[in-house]
Amino acid sequence: MKARVHVMLKNGVLDPQGEAVRHALGALGFDKVEGVRQGKVIDLDLAEGATEADVTAMCEKLLANTVIESYSIEMA
Amino acid sequence: MKAAVVVFPGSNCDRDLAVAFEQAGFDVSMVWHKDSALPEGVDIVGVPGGFSYGDYLRCGAIAAQSPICKAVIEHADRGGYALGVCNGFQILTETGVLPGALLRNAGLKYICRTVGLQVATSDSVFTQGYNAGDVIGVPIAHHDGNYFADADTVKALQDQDRVAFTYEENPNGSVADIAGILSENRRVLGMMPHPERAADEGHGGTDGTAMFRALAGMVTAA
Repeated sequence: MKARVHVMLKNGVLDPQGEAVRHALGALGFDKVEGVRQGKVIDLDLAEGATEADVTAMCEKLLANTVIESYSIEMA
Repeated sequence: MKAAVVVFPGSNCDRDLAVAFEQAGFDVSMVWHKDSALPEGVDIVGVPGGFSYGDYLRCGAIAAQSPICKAVIEHADRGGYALGVCNGFQILTETGVLPGALLRNAGLKYICRTVGLQVATSDSVFTQGYNAGDVIGVPIAHHDGNYFADADTVKALQDQDRVAFTYEENPNGSVADIAGILSENRRVLGMMPHPERAADEGHGGTDGTAMFRALAGMVTAA
């Protein structure tokens, strides 16, 4: 059983790395990029019986800092 | 007076912090991250700078879940004193002992130089050796020192006079130029600049000494 967690900086929190990527893309001539946000993807291999609620608890406790980050979970 | 300095794998300012406490007159014990209790009778806990657990996931995130951090949180909850410097500040925000978070520097670069810090309040054991408005020279050395908190939190910090230090010239994008903040009971200070690196003639500056001296005169066991 697998879960994929996406962690992104919340809207309104400056993402200087995303901004740097946007500038670099612009410098390469990709002039249609209006914004870049960079985040993390965390893949979890889970034992049978693990639930989305378990993964939510992991996100709240460790995987995301909800002061600055939001997260989403895909169970597969 | 007893101080404990926490040592995580990847801490690199632990000994500097211990020396600064010692020079001010503290008995210092080093506490390993796997320990689950602080030594008896500790008056103040130092959470040092460095790169605890390699800064994996987020700066301070793994350290915040370590056994010793539970003891540090309990110490702070009891009204104990604590000082978190640099990575120590990041760890204290990750534990929730202090509000907000530290983001990547706005300019994306690691910055290592002495900066001018304005003392924003002298109303704490940490800052009572200064006058509000004093400007002191203290080194910064960080990649993720961009203090962030939502507007309500920043307003609360300002209204409650809990901003301890601000940058004269904001080096990293921190909201409201904030370099260090106090807990609600004013007994926990987190700051990105390194007062322990400005505490000896050999450092090229001694503006941090007043903090450790004042601490030595004031703290009481919790």
